[in-house]
Amino acid sequence: MRALKRVGAEGIALVLATVIFLVPFSFMLLTAVKDEVQAEDLDFAWPSEWPVVQNFTEVIEARDYVLLRAFVNSTVLTVASVALIVVFAAMAAFVLQRRAGKVSKLADFLVLSGLIIPPAIVPTIWLLKGLGLFKTMPGLILVEVAFGLSYAVLLFRAFIAAIPRELDEAAMIDGCTGLTLFFRVIFPLLRPVTITVILTTSVTVFNDFVNPLYFLPGDENATVQLTLYNFQSQYSTQWNLLFMDIVLITIPPLLLFVFFNRKIVAGMTAGAIKG
Amino acid sequence: MTKQAAGLRTGPGQAGKQQGHARASRKRQRAAYPYTLYLPAAVVYLVIFLVPTVMAFYFALTRWTLFDSTFVGLDNFRDFFAEQNLRIGFVNTLFYAVVTSGLKVVLGLLLGVLLTSKLRLRGFLRSVVFFPVLVSTVAVGITFSALLRPDTGLVNRSLALFGIDGPDWLGDANTALLSVALVDVWKGVGFATVIYIAGILSIPRDYYQAVAVDGGGAWHRFRHVTLPLSWPATYSVIILSFIGGLRSFDLIWTMTRGGPGFTSDTIASIIYKQYQAGFFGLSTAGNVILFVVVTAIVVPLNYFLGKRQVAV
Repeated sequence: MRALKRVGAEGIALVLATVIFLVPFSFMLLTAVKDEVQAEDLDFAWPSEWPVVQNFTEVIEARDYVLLRAFVNSTVLTVASVALIVVFAAMAAFVLQRRAGKVSKLADFLVLSGLIIPPAIVPTIWLLKGLGLFKTMPGLILVEVAFGLSYAVLLFRAFIAAIPRELDEAAMIDGCTGLTLFFRVIFPLLRPVTITVILTTSVTVFNDFVNPLYFLPGDENATVQLTLYNFQSQYSTQWNLLFMDIVLITIPPLLLFVFFNRKIVAGMTAGAIKG
Repeated sequence: MTKQAAGLRTGPGQAGKQQGHARASRKRQRAAYPYTLYLPAAVVYLVIFLVPTVMAFYFALTRWTLFDSTFVGLDNFRDFFAEQNLRIGFVNTLFYAVVTSGLKVVLGLLLGVLLTSKLRLRGFLRSVVFFPVLVSTVAVGITFSALLRPDTGLVNRSLALFGIDGPDWLGDANTALLSVALVDVWKGVGFATVIYIAGILSIPRDYYQAVAVDGGGAWHRFRHVTLPLSWPATYSVIILSFIGGLRSFDLIWTMTRGGPGFTSDTIASIIYKQYQAGFFGLSTAGNVILFVVVTAIVVPLNYFLGKRQVAV
């Protein structure tokens, strides 16, 4: 009886979760593979035709291959900002964790501020313009780095706290100090948390819509999220292409999720609870 | 380091030696952990984040074209609160943050309890609930805009099966903001859930055994063990979803653009609209207001919740 009850409850939970969480995704997939006329209905009817390849090539070729360029741009943006965030945040977190004092107190305060304070948009544009970095990829990379540092520092600091100081001292006896101590001894030990930071930060940067919208507008520099936004206005009648675009840009996070699910979840919860 | 040195300070004869020792260790610290390691992070953070944040307080008081600015005092703030269209954004922002964080706490806790129980499909369900967190907000917004369409959308078609005539979710001023908030919950509840799962799993099993010995049932286990002892998770979920909710822009922008009219505008979407319209001073005033709202809510909340955490 009890077992039966459990199976029943399990069944209900499963059905509910499927309906609520999987229906929107199946809707994306279905619409992406329909032809133009049928996609317009925006319903759950089974595709009468399957122009998958055609939709795919059409969305790739649209607007002079903007999607391909966007993928290149997003990749450059993600790789560069994540690399800088990892190195900068790990270095800062190391000193922050090891060296107490007024400077570290200030740094602590700034890290928390970075998590809470909403960035001031127009003054940032003004500043980037002054530096000649507005509407440039390096400018956007720096923005992503500045906004992403705090979270990464928190994760790194928590991990470094578990590395014994005796290790630093031993390395110092061997003549390693400062940069060499960090890069040759500490940084290699941070591998697990580095992977976590890379995963969570790349998902955030890749999915970022607001910062590219403000700091890197324009079709030639578009990131993948902006192509969606632009297609949304352009393709008000070609829903199949819009949803094909959605499916394509959902693939990278999906792959990360499939391979590194546990790491991503662990990293996000660790950062959240310590924050 | 310093604590150790202070503890060792015993006789007067040792003082000089101690000082020398402390100085040496400080020197060694300086060599081992030089502040230069802060430098790259500090430069980027200061220039790109901190300088604009501070300058915003000045530019918010000006009429500003990016090239030159005229000081106008508090005019921008007066405009912000005098105009109905702008004031509504202020109210909406609070509403949005309260609704999304409230629902994320309740649903996240329920899902957390469910997904730590002995379900056979636990792993699968956890993945399913969490995956939307990783999907782009714009993609989620577009998809749900389609699902929420008045006549053909899936939501209203399903409601029609039960004989309910669903409203035009995003086109009706009464439901637009709430609909976006619910989609936000759909996308973000997986994050709250995994925080709760981590919190619940860290509760020592002994407490549950104690309840079992006392003959308590599932409700007792939840009410007297899970609920109070997952407080740190609740605390994180509330703080994080409040910060996110108050700043939320992308979902609202993709789903309603603040419409119909201005009825679903939030401070963040007004900042964007005023920026597009070229009112840079006004837009920056919006940023300052958002800054004040976020700190005025999150800092005391953090303090209050943090205190409770110690009490429990």
